[in-house]
Amino acid sequence: MSKLLKSGAFVEDAYAAVADDAALPEGAVLVSLPRFQKEREALLARNTALGIRLQSHENPEILGADLHHFALVALEFPKFRDGRAFSWARILRTRLGFKGEIRAVGDFLYDQMNYQHRVGFNAWEVPDHFTVEQFTKALTEMTNVYQPSSDGRKTIRELRASS
Amino acid sequence: MSSPARRPAPEPVQPNMYRYDEFDAQFVSERVTQFAYQVERRLKGELTEDQFKPLRLMNGLYLQLHAYMLRIAVPYGTLSSKQMRKLAHIARTYDKNFGHFTTRTNLQFNWIKLVDVPAILRELADVEMHCIQTSGNCVRNVTADQFAGATDEEIEDPRPLSEIIRQWSSLHPEFVFLARKFKIAVGACEKDRAALQYHDMAVQVVRNSEGRTGYKVMAGGGMGRTPYLAHTMSEFVAREDILAYLEAVLRVYNMDSRRDNIHKQRIKILINTIGVEEMRRRVDREFQELKAMGTLQLPQRELDRIAAYFAPPRFETGLSDVIPDAGPDFANWVKTNIAKHKAPGYAIATITLKTPGQVPGDATSEQMDIIADLMDEFSVGEVRVTHEQNLVLPHVRKQDLPAIYARLKELDFAAPNAGLITDIIACPGLDYCDLANARSIPIAQSIARKFENLDRQHQIGELKIKISGCINACGHHHAGHIGILGVDKKGVEFYQLLLGGSGAEDASVGVIMGPGFGEHEIADAVERVVNVYIAERQTGERFLDTYRRIGMDKFKAAAYETAAA
Repeated sequence: MSKLLKSGAFVEDAYAAVADDAALPEGAVLVSLPRFQKEREALLARNTALGIRLQSHENPEILGADLHHFALVALEFPKFRDGRAFSWARILRTRLGFKGEIRAVGDFLYDQMNYQHRVGFNAWEVPDHFTVEQFTKALTEMTNVYQPSSDGRKTIRELRASS
Repeated sequence: MSSPARRPAPEPVQPNMYRYDEFDAQFVSERVTQFAYQVERRLKGELTEDQFKPLRLMNGLYLQLHAYMLRIAVPYGTLSSKQMRKLAHIARTYDKNFGHFTTRTNLQFNWIKLVDVPAILRELADVEMHCIQTSGNCVRNVTADQFAGATDEEIEDPRPLSEIIRQWSSLHPEFVFLARKFKIAVGACEKDRAALQYHDMAVQVVRNSEGRTGYKVMAGGGMGRTPYLAHTMSEFVAREDILAYLEAVLRVYNMDSRRDNIHKQRIKILINTIGVEEMRRRVDREFQELKAMGTLQLPQRELDRIAAYFAPPRFETGLSDVIPDAGPDFANWVKTNIAKHKAPGYAIATITLKTPGQVPGDATSEQMDIIADLMDEFSVGEVRVTHEQNLVLPHVRKQDLPAIYARLKELDFAAPNAGLITDIIACPGLDYCDLANARSIPIAQSIARKFENLDRQHQIGELKIKISGCINACGHHHAGHIGILGVDKKGVEFYQLLLGGSGAEDASVGVIMGPGFGEHEIADAVERVVNVYIAERQTGERFLDTYRRIGMDKFKAAAYETAAA
């Protein structure tokens, strides 16, 4: 079982993850890219929040102008070693100006959460035993950073200049 | 190996090199704590070996055949005497009293216990060192020309930019889970001592037609099972844009590289699949966006600030510019191991860790300690590690060379063979590495012994032999004038010969001659190949030049001549 961590707390997942061949339930749904492409009109006609789940080889730019229909983009880690989603999140936040939820799903490690947070993820599907304390620890193991990223944190170079 | 009585240690000298400020120190210290927590979770079983592996690799920790190997970063090959003494101490305390300098200018220890690793990392942090990104699928330790700041051939010292790249690439959140490893080198002159064209990405300091200094960026070089020379991505990137440009290349690589076949996941495969034009187009798109965002722009004052750390030492004036006479052995050493320095009265001295019979790149604790003493006494506290697994004293007075030579001789590190046939690069091979198919070290040793006669070595002249124990090419066999590749044929070690490679400014990929030789035949085959060169060469030709002129046939015929008998 898994649970959803968002903005530093566990929350009820408002979205129903729907398999490609399953009927759509009432309310907010999370669908795959192929399903969205196939049922675009019908999905947009529903007056509920929409989320899209992208596999690691699916560049979010493919959504084009449709991106603004989504309040949630779930980026999948098929294996924790597959780091493509780090770039997808960065592009979503910077080039595409996406302000909604970017959720990490699939096989990722505690040790990657800080990097995910830096590039723009703000929600994580985590195992049941995972705690908020662990999340806080993951984000604070390293106090400062050398690179600018989507989190807008001051870099060490900027801190030097102002100290 | 001789271990002479150590003289009283001289007063340590702090060379002009990058020094950590409070931010760097905190970063490395927290990184140690972070890794210690990963080790703790592994030991408790909370992380599987599969999960732990990329995490430990990102911190330079390999599981080898017999034990853990720990690889310590030597950024752009620059070490202070204090750091060298610390490495000697770690070898003595936690390992079997020696360390191995690698082709990535790092130092690795081959007999490390996992439980000791956090303590070793703390000791390293005390002298501003770490193991961050010395392995794994991330941006590796950046390398540079070992003559940086000492040669008059360079436009500027390449190390300030290397340090800026080191900081930018340290735990870069977007690029720590790349498809494969990513190696960056920096050079600053036409002469290429850093094998730039064999790197995933290389930066060369250049001057454009308007006289502005900037950077040429190359990408897509690499060795391994599919060797490629790098393509030029941009002839001229402005100084302030360089990090944006490098980040653009890495982003395209991270997004677009294959992830389905480990042998086809380096950037060289991506570029050679989509074509260099398409790669440039994709990179330029990212670059323009990153440049416009402005957050990665590099102000001149930041470059100046970092460059100030690497200010040239105060060279004495009025020194004699003549190397004193100190006998024929010394004269031989000078001929091969001394290079021209930019300051009158000074020289650059290469210490080859290749005395025939020794393991290329190895040094004992005692040797490291004494080299640290020599650094303090003669070279403003500084040494460089080269990708050819040698050390360089970058700033020595010519008048001190006889004394330095005498001290090196006591250490067994005075081999007058820099660039000669016995100055062999070899990977650890099957003696240590669980990827290897064959041993490299004994082959290097047997070739070095065969050509031990110094007159003969000098007669042969520049000839670079590079040996890898498997297709991964850690011993750079593709770039050897003579390359040797160990292969396994039904449980027996065989060695293929390659001719005509070069890792220098005239870079080329060596060509495989044909079927491999047995471990007892390979040194003889090399000798027959060298004899063809001696017979065929024209005035002034190096081995490589003769090969390029006459081609493979005569060499091949000779190599196999008696192999069958």
